[in-house]
Amino acid sequence: MSAALDQFPAAAANPAASPRIDTPLIEIRDVRKEFGHVIALAGVSLTVRAGEVLCLLGDNGAGKSTLIKTLSGVHRPTSGSFMVDGKPAAFSGPRDALNAGIATVFQDLAMIPLMSVTRNFFMGREPTRGVWPFRRVDFKQCRDVTHAEMRRIGIDVRDPDQAVGTLSGGERQCVAIARAVYFGAKVLILDEPTSALGVAQTSMVLKYINLVKSRGLGVIFITHNVRHAYAVGDSFTVLNRGRTLGTYRKDEIAMDALQTLMAGGKELQDLSSELGGTV
Amino acid sequence: MPHGRAGMSAARQNGAEAATLATPPAKAQDERLRRSSPFAALLRRPELGAIGGLVLVLVFFGITANSAMFTLNGLMTVLNPSAQLGIMGVAAALLMIGGEFDLSIGSMVAFAGLVLGVLMIQLHLPLLVAVLGTLVVAALVGAVNGQLVIRTRLPSFIVTLAFLFILRGLSLVGLKLATGGSTQMRGFHPLVEASSLAPFFSGNAFGGVFRFLAAHHVIESLPDGSPAAPGVPIAVVWFVLITALATWVLLRTKLGNWIFASGGDANAARNSGVPVDLVKTGLFMVTACSAALVAVLTVFDAGSTDAMRGLQKEFQAVIAAVIGGCLLTGGYGSAIGAFFGSIIFGIVSIGLTYTSFDSDWFQVFLGAMLLVAVIFNNGLRRRVTGER
Ligand SMILES: Nc1ncnc2c1ncn2[C@@H]1O[C@H](COP(=O)(O)OP(=O)(O)O)[C@@H](O)[C@H]1O
Ligand SMILES: [Mg+2]
Repeated sequence: MSAALDQFPAAAANPAASPRIDTPLIEIRDVRKEFGHVIALAGVSLTVRAGEVLCLLGDNGAGKSTLIKTLSGVHRPTSGSFMVDGKPAAFSGPRDALNAGIATVFQDLAMIPLMSVTRNFFMGREPTRGVWPFRRVDFKQCRDVTHAEMRRIGIDVRDPDQAVGTLSGGERQCVAIARAVYFGAKVLILDEPTSALGVAQTSMVLKYINLVKSRGLGVIFITHNVRHAYAVGDSFTVLNRGRTLGTYRKDEIAMDALQTLMAGGKELQDLSSELGGTV
Repeated sequence: MPHGRAGMSAARQNGAEAATLATPPAKAQDERLRRSSPFAALLRRPELGAIGGLVLVLVFFGITANSAMFTLNGLMTVLNPSAQLGIMGVAAALLMIGGEFDLSIGSMVAFAGLVLGVLMIQLHLPLLVAVLGTLVVAALVGAVNGQLVIRTRLPSFIVTLAFLFILRGLSLVGLKLATGGSTQMRGFHPLVEASSLAPFFSGNAFGGVFRFLAAHHVIESLPDGSPAAPGVPIAVVWFVLITALATWVLLRTKLGNWIFASGGDANAARNSGVPVDLVKTGLFMVTACSAALVAVLTVFDAGSTDAMRGLQKEFQAVIAAVIGGCLLTGGYGSAIGAFFGSIIFGIVSIGLTYTSFDSDWFQVFLGAMLLVAVIFNNGLRRRVTGER
């Protein structure tokens, strides 16, 4: 993976592109989410600002996906405050979040294998033309946009009408990312977007995150990979068992410390030295 | 959705910027893409199986059936039952693509017949009001079906199976109450004939055209000069219009995309902003209304309604949709396929009477067709999704 990162020495510091706007795009405080007896989030706070990348780190089951599903309108928080643009937000579904400019790449990608790449790309946001009884989807525009956006992320979709089920896992992930980038007007949320990607595509995605940030969007980037996080992140929030362990700006924490924190302490370091430092 | 637009234009504005990223050089043709002929694209269409089946069935009856079957009159005799089934078949296909079943539509035909009878014969409401009232009642039942399925998260198979019995029972009890003990209600004909709107729901369309063609010996005529086929049964006209509308909605509109998405993966669709529950409830209402329309057409045709009307039509409609290429798991299929599936159905059910075979072979034929279609569709899905 480090080969991919070496291509971005400057990715870390990007001072020109941080318009400091005082109202955060998203601010949540003490958010709890319970599923019956399961407490998935036990009081989480975080802030997303325009032109910043917030990395959300944490082990499996820490509650990262639950948290971003709350931000993207899939779950309603059990309690806690949730502000978008400084105003309290109560999304009744993912559509509300999308309308508020928050686009998400879910961990399961939210794609339909039997449908074409184009239909997936515009699912729920189809551009139309014509007047009402004859209003129809502008498939030509859909196809052109899909093709262009996919090429931009480095995938030449052979046929935008082919079913998503025929794409490889990585290609699918790229469709989902391209879709979210295209529709995310304010905030882009990526839940482990690089998990199925090869080296070239991973660096493309990291570049993308930088690009989106330089456009002035806020980004939440969930990953297990501290190197990836460190390459693009401005601040890091570590989750553990449904709680925030802390939020650090980049100049406040080193990569190793972040790794240790994320793994929840010493065990991983011990394991790592046992394995000869390969983890 | 002003925000959606804003989002898109923002993305487009920044497009130029993004283009400065390493854009892979545009190749004229991806070397990994075998030139796909229109024929290969055709092989991926869901209605392929139904068209193949139609050809087979036509060949079979072309050889075995009396030539009277292939006259214009014979054609209309075949198309009428095809249409009566197909109106429901196309609606059932939409619902199946949306990921749900409705096994109550057969009973809904009887129940809608009862409602129509009460409104027209007992309450003396005008034809249009009675028909609209019947459709509204059906839509309500459909909405109840849909909401139950959505709220309980039970399979629609079970919920609508319950309504198969509930509606059939209500039709029996209701008819007996309304008529004082009979499970039949008669007396529609005079009321229908008295209405100026009757031509939309009963008799034949294009009678004038047929008479004109017969007079000029373009089509077969009886000795007295009138055409052998009096016109196109009105149910066939509805059938064609509904198929055309359903096809357009499915393939060209936002709603169509939402139907495919809801059936393909309801969760993914929901997370992408598709109002899945609304789409599904709407589809249940549409299928129920299609059954009510069939009730109106068949009751006006026969002049009476009967508690056993529509018996087993729910299964036949599902079979027509499956023969038409709908996957039982949802998310894939076509309205045109269901159209051809219903025509195959009509050809087989009527066609056997034109042959020397016992017409009870019909059910055997039906079961076999269903089996072949399901196996074929499974293969088709693998081809489309690249599943191995
Ligand atoms: N819908 C749900 N119902 C019950 N428990 C859930 C649900 N979603 C998540 N959880 C639980 O919440 C915890 C956090 O899950 P998740 O947010 O997916 O973790 P992560 O993405 O950090 O790996 C897990 O213990 C998981 O079992
Ligand atoms: Mg997760």
